[in-house]
Amino acid sequence: MKRNIFLVFLLMSVALMFGCSSEPADSGTEGEDEVIKIGVFEPFTGANAAGGALEKEGIELAHELFPTVLDKEIEVVYVDNKSDKVEAANAGRNLVDKEKVAVVLGSWGSSFSMAAGPIFEEAQIPAIGTSCTNPLVTLGNEYYFRVCFIDSFQGVVMANYAYNEAGAKKVAIIQEISNDYSVALSQIFQNEFKKLTDDEDAIVSVSNYNTGDQDFTAQLTSIKESGADAIFAPGNFTESALLMKQAKELSIDIAFLGGDTWETPAVIEIGGEAVEGAVFSTFFDSAVPLTDTTTVFLDAYRAKYGEDKEPAAVTALAFDAYILALDAIERAGSTDGPAIRDALAATENFQGAAGIVTLDENGDAVKSAIIKTIQDGKFTYKSTVEPF
Amino acid sequence: MSLTIFMQQLVNAASLGSLYALLAIGYTMVYGILRLINFAHGDVFMLSTYFAFYAMTSFLLPWYISFAIAIILTILFGTVLERGAYRPLRNSPRISIMISAIAASFLIQNLAVVFFGGIPKAFPSVPIFSKIIQISGVSSSSISVIIPIVTILVLFILGYIINQTKMGMAMRAVSKDYEAARLMGINVNTVISFTFGIGSALAAIGGVMWGLKYPQLIPLMGLMPGLKCFIAAVVGGIGNIKGAVIGGFILGFGEIMIVAVSVYMPYDLSGYRDAFAFVLLIAILLLKPDGIMGKSSVEKV
Repeated sequence: MKRNIFLVFLLMSVALMFGCSSEPADSGTEGEDEVIKIGVFEPFTGANAAGGALEKEGIELAHELFPTVLDKEIEVVYVDNKSDKVEAANAGRNLVDKEKVAVVLGSWGSSFSMAAGPIFEEAQIPAIGTSCTNPLVTLGNEYYFRVCFIDSFQGVVMANYAYNEAGAKKVAIIQEISNDYSVALSQIFQNEFKKLTDDEDAIVSVSNYNTGDQDFTAQLTSIKESGADAIFAPGNFTESALLMKQAKELSIDIAFLGGDTWETPAVIEIGGEAVEGAVFSTFFDSAVPLTDTTTVFLDAYRAKYGEDKEPAAVTALAFDAYILALDAIERAGSTDGPAIRDALAATENFQGAAGIVTLDENGDAVKSAIIKTIQDGKFTYKSTVEPF
Repeated sequence: MSLTIFMQQLVNAASLGSLYALLAIGYTMVYGILRLINFAHGDVFMLSTYFAFYAMTSFLLPWYISFAIAIILTILFGTVLERGAYRPLRNSPRISIMISAIAASFLIQNLAVVFFGGIPKAFPSVPIFSKIIQISGVSSSSISVIIPIVTILVLFILGYIINQTKMGMAMRAVSKDYEAARLMGINVNTVISFTFGIGSALAAIGGVMWGLKYPQLIPLMGLMPGLKCFIAAVVGGIGNIKGAVIGGFILGFGEIMIVAVSVYMPYDLSGYRDAFAFVLLIAILLLKPDGIMGKSSVEKV
């Protein structure tokens, strides 16, 4: 009996290990009127850290180019949401209560934005999403805006690509069930694809995995004989890279389609040859400059990181989020939350590096999508899809 | 489910189960000797993959030397961990030493974030391990076939050490009765260090193979496998090495099969794969708390 109690205690301590959360590290002093604080809310550690790092590049770049607004210095405060929904809420709280930032930028990963969204709204601090594409991030949240398109557009784009360009008749889905981005995108894709093929059974199977999973052999093996022409697998880049690698090991020779999260160097590093030919939708490609700001961004990027380096789409989006924040503060003429919010909501034809931003009534940017593929270990431009 | 698909799933399960088994043995051996759940075991496993990673990428060593270095460094780390975090508490209540284990786990994880960075790293691919083997429709990379073979080999060596060597006899004696073993002139400290060394070596062998099969390293990668393998050890009967192996395989097969059959179910179960381990733990604690191979211990009052 004693041993049972011991084991029960063990279980409890295991639960504790998961429940424990540490406060984000403190940085900077508060209450100085001479600086305007902009909070950056990104995953810098954990499964999505590579995404956070790419967006940080864009924000650092924009900060170097435009360090002041309303004749005041801008201080950028970075907080880590640790690729975790619970930590995301803590990190959001930290920005609101302790750092008292004027505007929040971020995050890579819709789930984290959704976790912290209500906190920003309650505190009346406007937030500008960088690459969080889930429709629910801004829906019903007066204070959340974004410079990227949303999944109801992206899902339709990919379904059309699968049907028209890839010639797929049957598609298998592998989604990251614990990731709001992945589930919503796959749902929209499924609806649209069924409509396009006019076939209720066009989606041959839907299987799930969890964030952080490393073994997908079971899911993939089931697809092997399902007769799918393509696999749509939106999800975090590291898991997706492993997924494609294991598909290759299982000799599954079916085209992989995905979403904007795949445009991360880690996909190619981890996936190697296995990710060749994968197709995904994204926001931006340096080969097709969209606005004058694109040139400014590209010049600055190459000057800082080297001539031959290609910026990721999310880096451009993060850059846009920062300059849009500055623009809104300028138009509002103050750092008062509701005033900036109103200025943001009125954004029209804003010249961003990753395209022109016009925010709709939900605070979402309406802009074109770009389809890319992986060729010879590089992300290669395929085509542009205009908003419908 | 056709036969080919079933065989394919079996191959998938065998390599996953083997990795779980290797890690579970580490938990069970330490428990057998010290009655301690070494919560940092998963993190020792994580470190081993990083050691191999840096040996191959920063020092550009060939894979066999890198893996040997990774295993040796992990053994050293495991014994140092025991000396630093557990030995000073040897005579304290069991709960203190367990808290120390949890603290060690958090410390290692967070130090790893500081030193290795939070961004996932790609484990270098070694050509002979990433070849694709195909036998009548069943396909897998060579590492997935090598993993079970290495595991069986390691189990034989371990069996030999425990049953045939003097150190093995001492280990068995210490696990039976710590005090009596000490009185019989066995150097208990050496035995315990040795046990941690073996446990860490197994974690390192598992870690290196894990890196080859799932080439993505993050500082928190030891958390989930560590937890699952602890469950595997409990399911098999903690303190029993055969039990740990059986527990590891049950977990590997269960996880693969829950996804494999979920295609044929009205409701998709594949997202509940991680839950399988925990449901299994609850079931085993309710039905047979001593585990499958465990002897029921009678507490005399």
